[in-house]
Amino acid sequence: MNKIKILVLLSLLVAAFLLDVAMGSVHIPLKDVIKVLFTPDGGNDTWVYIIEKIRLPKALTAIIVGCGLSVCGLQMQTLFRNPLADSSVLGITAGASLGVALVMLSAGSITSLYTIKELGISGSWLIILASSLGAALIMILIVGISSSLKDNVIVLIVGVMLGNITFSVISIWQYFSSPELIKDYLIWTFGSLGGVTGGQLLILAIVVSAGLLISFLSSKLLDALLLGDNYARSMGLTVKRARILVIASTSILAGGITAFCGPIGFIGIAVPHLARALFGTSNHRMLIPVCCLIGTVLMLVCDIVAQLPGSQTVLPINVITALVGSPVVIWVIAGPKKLRGF
Amino acid sequence: MAGQKILLQTSGLTVGYRSGRNQSKAVAGPLDLTLYAGQMICLLGPNGCGKSTLLRTISGLQEPIEGRIELEEKNLRQMKPSQIAQKISLVLTDNVRSANLDVYSLIALGRYPYSGWLGILTDHDKLVIDQAIKATGTGAFLGRKIDSLSDGECQKVMLARAMAQDTPLIILDEPTAHLDLPSRIQLMRLLHQLAKETDKAILLSTHELDLALQVADRIWLMSSGGRLDAGLPEELVLNGAFQHAFNKDEIEFDAATGTFNIHYAGKQTISVTGDSTAAFWTRKALIRNGFSISAAAEKKLTVSGEDNHPVWEVDDNGKRAVYTTLREFLDTIKI
Repeated sequence: MNKIKILVLLSLLVAAFLLDVAMGSVHIPLKDVIKVLFTPDGGNDTWVYIIEKIRLPKALTAIIVGCGLSVCGLQMQTLFRNPLADSSVLGITAGASLGVALVMLSAGSITSLYTIKELGISGSWLIILASSLGAALIMILIVGISSSLKDNVIVLIVGVMLGNITFSVISIWQYFSSPELIKDYLIWTFGSLGGVTGGQLLILAIVVSAGLLISFLSSKLLDALLLGDNYARSMGLTVKRARILVIASTSILAGGITAFCGPIGFIGIAVPHLARALFGTSNHRMLIPVCCLIGTVLMLVCDIVAQLPGSQTVLPINVITALVGSPVVIWVIAGPKKLRGF
Repeated sequence: MAGQKILLQTSGLTVGYRSGRNQSKAVAGPLDLTLYAGQMICLLGPNGCGKSTLLRTISGLQEPIEGRIELEEKNLRQMKPSQIAQKISLVLTDNVRSANLDVYSLIALGRYPYSGWLGILTDHDKLVIDQAIKATGTGAFLGRKIDSLSDGECQKVMLARAMAQDTPLIILDEPTAHLDLPSRIQLMRLLHQLAKETDKAILLSTHELDLALQVADRIWLMSSGGRLDAGLPEELVLNGAFQHAFNKDEIEFDAATGTFNIHYAGKQTISVTGDSTAAFWTRKALIRNGFSISAAAEKKLTVSGEDNHPVWEVDDNGKRAVYTTLREFLDTIKI
């Protein structure tokens, strides 16, 4: 039964991937997309360029982001035993935003403005660096505070509050910034899968793979955490060490992805619930790969929808993930099946 | 019961809470306790006397304020969590309500201290799990989700998980809370049986005084002041420890019956003759209605006849009356 579900998901993945590459402002027939992707000389040079330089990196980014954010959400929900937890609640996304705001809103800083204008907003190494540092800063703060706290719920609240403080700082900064600078920052907050190409894509892939590996290796301790801190400890788990490991891998995943693609919401909350509902398991050795699969499919679908098929307009990805993710969250909270667990 | 192998020993142990860095509040102690293999020990005591704190400290979840705990002759505080996990398993009052966790997976988590990095079960693990399932009678609901279990079933599953952890000591914190009477009896009987058959030591806290008196090999009786009396159930009844631990205003422990008296001593007295079941229940009915039973009373009641057709004869200073139903008798005598 599970094998069939995985096969269905895999074929959905292939279909969504091809469709995502085929979609865009320039119409390329599916047949030619396959030709470009799988044969050495694909024919039409423009199409080859569009696919290899723009659409393929974007689709690959969607896959990486889908995997990373879903697993982040899964880990957070288990660690905090809270069905609505994801990486954004820990303030990690907020930290990344702070880093980006720091660069973009430093009024009069000509160098930063120059690099942004030259390389595009999401493509700037400066932005990526600032975002990663911001995420790391909040992560170190949380790990530091949490090492002296016993209760995971309190860690969660501390994370939410740190996020609030960070966003307040950003808001104050925005309030005193000129409209053009605010606009750039706002566009970054919409999130974007495009613009991660070449070397950046490679780095994103390495960072996310590392995070996923750590979280797969911690699947056993995540299972133990399902029973709560006391039971986990009674089974020989050093809860503080486990918590630091989980927060670290979450930070690597969320920090890296936010740095390259902006804050992308709702995937992290929604996908773990879909995975658990679909496979009816709480075994993380199973859930982590399944989350990757569903997250990938969902992210690709969101990207397809964002192209507004048949039009020249591209909507910000964050808008679409919220449109798709929020109903899932509502279904979890108020739906007919009891899915409130984690 | 095999020998008198000492599993756990405490010396000068004081338990309590730490509030702040250097402040602590002692709840109970100093305690010198010994726990032998194959024993079932019931920890009794009024609410708030520190039963859970003691259990949490013994199981290593909480640091002692003072004193030493030795687990199989090793200092508990110097043992790693993973080492303790192979010696002590727990059934806690913590609510485990993970919607997607099925019973078998939960029981299998008991093998956590023994499995490798990814938690893959070996054939031996599966064997131990199957034994735990069999011993606890949880085989019937293996495929179900934890959410769908009743409180009684859930406790059994948590016990099965502790059994799968395969430790010489199992500690249970109020396992009978929230259970109905048959489930309570069933669980206590099961624990007693496990202690006898597997030579594991079982330490549990409970409020089930009468059940504990029936099944425990030893009773640890805590009083609100932090005192702990340990001994055979009968010893503690006879030496007055129970009265001391539970006596509050208006409630008294009756050493003759091993129960607490709910009723005040009555003002009217009556003597009751007869040793049938009917006579026994008539005494209970009289006490409930405010009578004291005394052989020297002026009112004399004789319960005669067969059990299914008892006859109540009252002799009140020569005034005699005969009743054929208990209700009629009570209605008249209450005035």
